[in-house]
Amino acid sequence: MNLIHWVLIAVVLVYIGLRLIPGKGWKIAPAYLRVILLLAAAFLTLTPFVWLICSAFKSKDALMLYTFLPDWNHLRNFPADATHPESYKAIVHWFGNDGLPAVDGALGTLTLANFRRLLTDQFLTPHGPVYFWEYIVNSLFLSCGVTSINIFLSSMAGYALAKYRFKGRNIIVFIMLGSMMFPAMLFLAPLFEMVSKFGWMDSYLALMVPSAITVFGIFLFRQAMVGVPTSLLESARVDGASEFRIYWEITLPLVRPVTAAYCLITFLGTWNAFLQPQLFIQSQSKLTLPVVLNRYIGMYVQDYGIFLAGTLLAIIPPAILFFVLQKEFVAGLTSGATKG
Amino acid sequence: MSANIQKSKGGPDRHPVAPWMFLAPYLLYAAVFFAYPLLYAAWLSFHQTDGPTSVFVGFQGEYDNFMFIFTDPRFYKALLNTTIYAIASICIQLPIALGLAMLLNNSNSRMKGAFRLMIFSPNLVGQIFVGVMFAVIFTPFDGLFNKGLQTLIGWGIDKQWLQDPNLLLPGLIIISLWMYVGYNMIYFLAGLQSVDKQLLEAAQIDGANGWQTFLHITLPQIKPIAIFVVIMSTIGSYQLFDLPWALMKGQGFGPGDSALTIVGYLYDWGFRNGEHGAASAIGWILAAIIFVISILQLKLTRAYEVD
Repeated sequence: MNLIHWVLIAVVLVYIGLRLIPGKGWKIAPAYLRVILLLAAAFLTLTPFVWLICSAFKSKDALMLYTFLPDWNHLRNFPADATHPESYKAIVHWFGNDGLPAVDGALGTLTLANFRRLLTDQFLTPHGPVYFWEYIVNSLFLSCGVTSINIFLSSMAGYALAKYRFKGRNIIVFIMLGSMMFPAMLFLAPLFEMVSKFGWMDSYLALMVPSAITVFGIFLFRQAMVGVPTSLLESARVDGASEFRIYWEITLPLVRPVTAAYCLITFLGTWNAFLQPQLFIQSQSKLTLPVVLNRYIGMYVQDYGIFLAGTLLAIIPPAILFFVLQKEFVAGLTSGATKG
Repeated sequence: MSANIQKSKGGPDRHPVAPWMFLAPYLLYAAVFFAYPLLYAAWLSFHQTDGPTSVFVGFQGEYDNFMFIFTDPRFYKALLNTTIYAIASICIQLPIALGLAMLLNNSNSRMKGAFRLMIFSPNLVGQIFVGVMFAVIFTPFDGLFNKGLQTLIGWGIDKQWLQDPNLLLPGLIIISLWMYVGYNMIYFLAGLQSVDKQLLEAAQIDGANGWQTFLHITLPQIKPIAIFVVIMSTIGSYQLFDLPWALMKGQGFGPGDSALTIVGYLYDWGFRNGEHGAASAIGWILAAIIFVISILQLKLTRAYEVD
């Protein structure tokens, strides 16, 4: 029996109690149960994040010893603490004697050492040292670049499908739908050969050009732009606006929510992409975060804290973007599925 | 639609060049990065490509890519792993996602927003980053998951999720549950919000209980979105690669290939052994598998509709 079991028992007892309330019980009890279940789901979902944040600030020796934050009492007396001989043995077992803290209580301090090492350790290459922040800059540059190009090109194609009638339109829609059925992995080997033929190996062109436009994006923009009143566009046309200006200055601003949603989707996709950068980029100074974290985790098995600090840093930019755009994102994500 | 086009001939939505100018980037893109690689992949799949020049091997001979793949036990291992993963994703993840969506659908809007945000949040983290996290979370005795499991049900502190060939796939399924349940929940939630409220009330007045209402009113109405979610999750599951690759620290596919997926097999052949021909052949097989399964799911669900 531990704390969690008592909490569960209390929850069940409260439910039974609510159920027994005469008259209103059948209405209150399910509402209570609903909140409890949602809280449980949220708790299970968020626990790994809380753990990640705690772990990034723990020293190498404390990482495995404490699930979340170091235990205060345990810490102050460590390693002389006789009540936790098992933990002590565990440290010796996993890290050897060298891993033992030199000063009493050193284990307990929350530390920025992981971040310090992550950001100051350099990877030596013939062309000079490469620092971790360069990977962050690379990932940011690539994600922002792909996102803006992709929004521009996909929305243009979506606009053509939404607001013009022309011969061959149905054929193009058919080709687009057909192309969505093929898994991206099918294109990996031919793309690799094409990239080497084009001389794009080790260049961001190899990552940006093949993801410059997506059919998913085209349909998302088409869906939104169909709703823009044609009379509005027509009056601009009468006033002498060019076709491009009608698209750029009138239609695109009107579909802002979908643009925001698609912006997040594309940013996340590029930020988290692994295979293409892994295959097409060789220079250390051009690598992106997922490739770096994956490539070196095997080498620093004893220093997971550094990787967890790196992962934490890698999650922050998409998280910020998500919090800024979350309302539009949810609407945009589901618009294609419910309306289409 | 054709009648519509006739009527609006010369109308405001007609322009001789503008639509083609707007579509030009896509057309160029589709030609270079869709049509060409698609044919190229077909061409490659009939060639042996690890030598200095590509050699046509076709469907016969000892270097036939397809024959090689179909007689390779590793391919069947990969297919089995991926299929188990896909079935588990659908059978475990989607009911939970639907359940959570129904819980949220009945909540007030402020609570709905907050919980939706929280439960969706793992989806922001890429599979590689999740893999790095869970490589530590699954540590025997000391990892968060092992400790949590021990606290909750008194079992599992010593389980070697990443070293035991029988536990690696369940481990992957647990991680993907954490990652994607919120994503599918959002789709179900959108579907539930479009369910006709009057029908639900009518059923309640007629004395239908919660389960009957769900089975006969809610479920048929969210069927289109449910089919969409099932197919999307199948397609996604069959393309699993990053997560097991990161979980195994980029050094293979686990003990006894227990985390080998079809895309992992493709990667192994194409980019660790340099056989782009074999990789393209596997790519085509993967495309065929996904195509057949999607069609089957559509047919099966339509058969259910006729009943």
